[in-house]
Amino acid sequence: MTPAPNAAAIEAHELTRRFGSFTAVDKISFDVAGGEVFGFLGANGAGKTTAIRILTGLLSPTSGTARVAGHDVYTESEAIKRRIGYMSQKFSLYEDLTVSENIRLYGGIYDLSRETVRERTARMLIRLGLEHAAGTQVRALPLGWRQKLAFSVALLHEPSIVFLDEPTSGVDPITRRQFWELIYEAAARGTTVFVTTHYMDEAEYCDRISIMVSGRIEALGTPAELKRKFGVDTIDELFVRLARVTVGAA
Amino acid sequence: MSAFTGLLRKEGLHILRDRRTLFVVIFMPILQVVLFGYAIRTDISAIRLAIVDPSPDASTIELRNRFAATDAFRLVRVLPSAGTLDRLFASGAIQEAVVFDNDFANRLARGLPARVLVVADASEPNSGSAMQSYALAVIQGYERDLATRGGGVRILSEARMRFNPTRASSNLFIPGLIAFVLTIISALMTAISLTREKETGTMEILLVSPLKPIEIITGKVLSYVVIGFVSVLLVVAEARLIFSVPLRGSLLLLLAEGLLYTLTSLSLGILISSRTSSQRVAMIGALAGTMLPTILLSGFIFPIESMPWPLRAVANIVPAKWFVIIARGVMLKGVGLEYLWHETLILLGMTIVLVAAATRSFRIRLA
Amino acid sequence: MTSAVTIEGLSKRFGSTIALENIAIDVAPGELFGFIGPDGAGKTTLFRILVTLILPDAGRATVLGRDVTTEIWELRRRVGYMPGRFSLYPDLSVEENLHFFASVFGASVAEQYDLIAPIYDQLAPFKERRAGALSGGMKQKLALCCALVHRPGILFLDEPTTGVDAVSRREFWELLDRLKASGLTIIVSTPYMDEADRCGRVALIQRGRILGVDAPARVAASFGRLLFTVRAAERYPLLLAAREYPNAATVFPFGDVLHFTDRRTDVEAERIARELTDYLRGRGFADVVVNEAPPTIEDTFMARMGEPEEAA
Repeated sequence: MTPAPNAAAIEAHELTRRFGSFTAVDKISFDVAGGEVFGFLGANGAGKTTAIRILTGLLSPTSGTARVAGHDVYTESEAIKRRIGYMSQKFSLYEDLTVSENIRLYGGIYDLSRETVRERTARMLIRLGLEHAAGTQVRALPLGWRQKLAFSVALLHEPSIVFLDEPTSGVDPITRRQFWELIYEAAARGTTVFVTTHYMDEAEYCDRISIMVSGRIEALGTPAELKRKFGVDTIDELFVRLARVTVGAA
Repeated sequence: MSAFTGLLRKEGLHILRDRRTLFVVIFMPILQVVLFGYAIRTDISAIRLAIVDPSPDASTIELRNRFAATDAFRLVRVLPSAGTLDRLFASGAIQEAVVFDNDFANRLARGLPARVLVVADASEPNSGSAMQSYALAVIQGYERDLATRGGGVRILSEARMRFNPTRASSNLFIPGLIAFVLTIISALMTAISLTREKETGTMEILLVSPLKPIEIITGKVLSYVVIGFVSVLLVVAEARLIFSVPLRGSLLLLLAEGLLYTLTSLSLGILISSRTSSQRVAMIGALAGTMLPTILLSGFIFPIESMPWPLRAVANIVPAKWFVIIARGVMLKGVGLEYLWHETLILLGMTIVLVAAATRSFRIRLA
Repeated sequence: MTSAVTIEGLSKRFGSTIALENIAIDVAPGELFGFIGPDGAGKTTLFRILVTLILPDAGRATVLGRDVTTEIWELRRRVGYMPGRFSLYPDLSVEENLHFFASVFGASVAEQYDLIAPIYDQLAPFKERRAGALSGGMKQKLALCCALVHRPGILFLDEPTTGVDAVSRREFWELLDRLKASGLTIIVSTPYMDEADRCGRVALIQRGRILGVDAPARVAASFGRLLFTVRAAERYPLLLAAREYPNAATVFPFGDVLHFTDRRTDVEAERIARELTDYLRGRGFADVVVNEAPPTIEDTFMARMGEPEEAA
């Protein structure tokens, strides 16, 4: 299921999305290589969510092109949905279902055989240390565990790309780092990880990052390159510098 | 397991684990079947009957006995003259009256047509014509029996509908409609408004401020009281102008009672909202706890007398029932407090209890 | 008055969950005091008790010298509160919201304008816009104004910068600095460890318990062991290799470096750094650089919090 290394997992060229007279995404262009950990940053309202929706096949663009996992976002959105995983901060798992029930449900949705689901579930639970919690309802799990579980479930069908929307918000610092180790593991296996976050130190964990401001990408490159180029010490400072120009136009 | 089966299974689990949904799915249908089955009755029983018999004799007594013998009627008065009928109708003591002509027996004996007058209280929906037909049936039965016994007998019966001579259905529904409108505005909207504050989080800030709970509640509901009032005026105006519904009593009394009933509903709405922070739950609670009883058990559409006694007992604690009696009394019968003091007192009592409960339930803290 | 806030033995539980356990803290007047901890630590519950919204199960607390359970009406006039989520009326305009909250406290915007002016000036161009249509950063500023408009003696801000972009966060803290300069006692809660540095004193809070109270610099310094940063181009393999180092105590990613602590407490920094460098070079990381570094609040927090919570 994993693609050839370095084959482009995501290609976007002059991708645009307008809502009436408002341009949410303004001609963004970028590539994400297979197996990369790509940080997609930007303030709320900068257009990140709209861009992600386009890339995950939920919204069609107004103009420009994009291919995800080798499929065109205009014509093959269903194929895209089958090949990608998704996890967001707002919703991950059904709270009133148990851990195993959630896993089985997603296994079914992605058409995995019962064998496969069983085997992968066992592996996942051991890796997360949740073997004894298989029958616990998700709402009884602490937040950090829920997020880690949600991430693993998003990977259950071994997608080539996984989209993560602010996956570590509000989680304690140790669990956050454990989560990122899961991300590293997945990337090492060849999965491309496309993640958004508000924690600027997490931006440093990525291979490359982009920063969106008012619908445009104002920075794209490795964290080290960008810090050098803009003469700042941290990504936080870089962010502030880029975003400050447009603040006030609330 | 395929994606679709998985989805079905998931939905099943959601329902089984959500107690509230389970309640709605299982308990509500049972409740509704019982309510609707028993509440919707078109047959009448135990009609409170008065017989006016100015010159009693064997034939009138026999006819009287026939009335007394059937389950359809409950003979509450036998009167020598029709003078007190008005008062009895006004106070609701009787629903129907059978008035024998002065020389009923004489005329019958001489083979002349003898007259009987049947008067029915038509301010109750459905009942008016039914009551009338029952009475006429008894009379005609008697007439037939007399005929077989010998000789031409003719009993002329004349029927009149009291309070609603044209039997216009709008007359019947409008008083109940006023109750309905007030219930929606006061109970439902109040419940939703209060829980909306909780849902958006603004309630937290209001609570932390120097505002006392009574100020918060009053501030919220006063506008709804005004809206309710305006609605009542609109309904009455429409009823008068478009449907020519009579307003035989005092408008002031109607509005005052309307205000009282509004307070009752408001308190109910506040009580409902104090038990939940979700607008959706508040809405369902308000619908189940106020609107449903108002429609089914207030006598608005379905006569309470025909319901089995458990439902009649429950109807007594539905504030709308008392208000409907009052509204009908004022609008259609034209009576005042001298007849309605009983119902007004009951409504007042309910209101006081509910307002006290509502104020206490509105906590000054979150927990 | 000697303390702006005193808390003794405060506990609260919801059903079987312990929200707060035996909290004891004093806050001096004029302090900018921060409660630092992740979601579920108990920050919101603590704030709600202090602003008289909920009752504790055990313990006492006073704010501005008044008991939070018995003198609530006096307190509610004097306390400014900004709850966690946006809690203003989205269908009212900026101006209307402000006037409403002023009136609730018997204040008027005109009278108190000098206090909120620096903040409100930023909102003024949007004063007729519906509050629901504002950006996250603007909403926070409006909520701050509404909390200040009655000139409170103390301000409680519950996670005011959560969900807000980095620029607005900085601007918000600049506003707080200015307010502090005017003598106002400000109590803030935040999950962002880097914001801790902007407070006069901080309390680390996790799962209902206080892990430490002190000035940020001292909290960081209280880490108690030697800390090293380890840097190399290939981060993840470096992390795995460092974890396999026999003398490693903790190895965590921290931005573009790793934070490393050694098991041995009796060895000097130089030697630790040298031995680690040798080991990692031996593992193939030719470009590795190891430096001793001062610990941050986050390091201390992680050391104190122990194991992350049990799953069940």
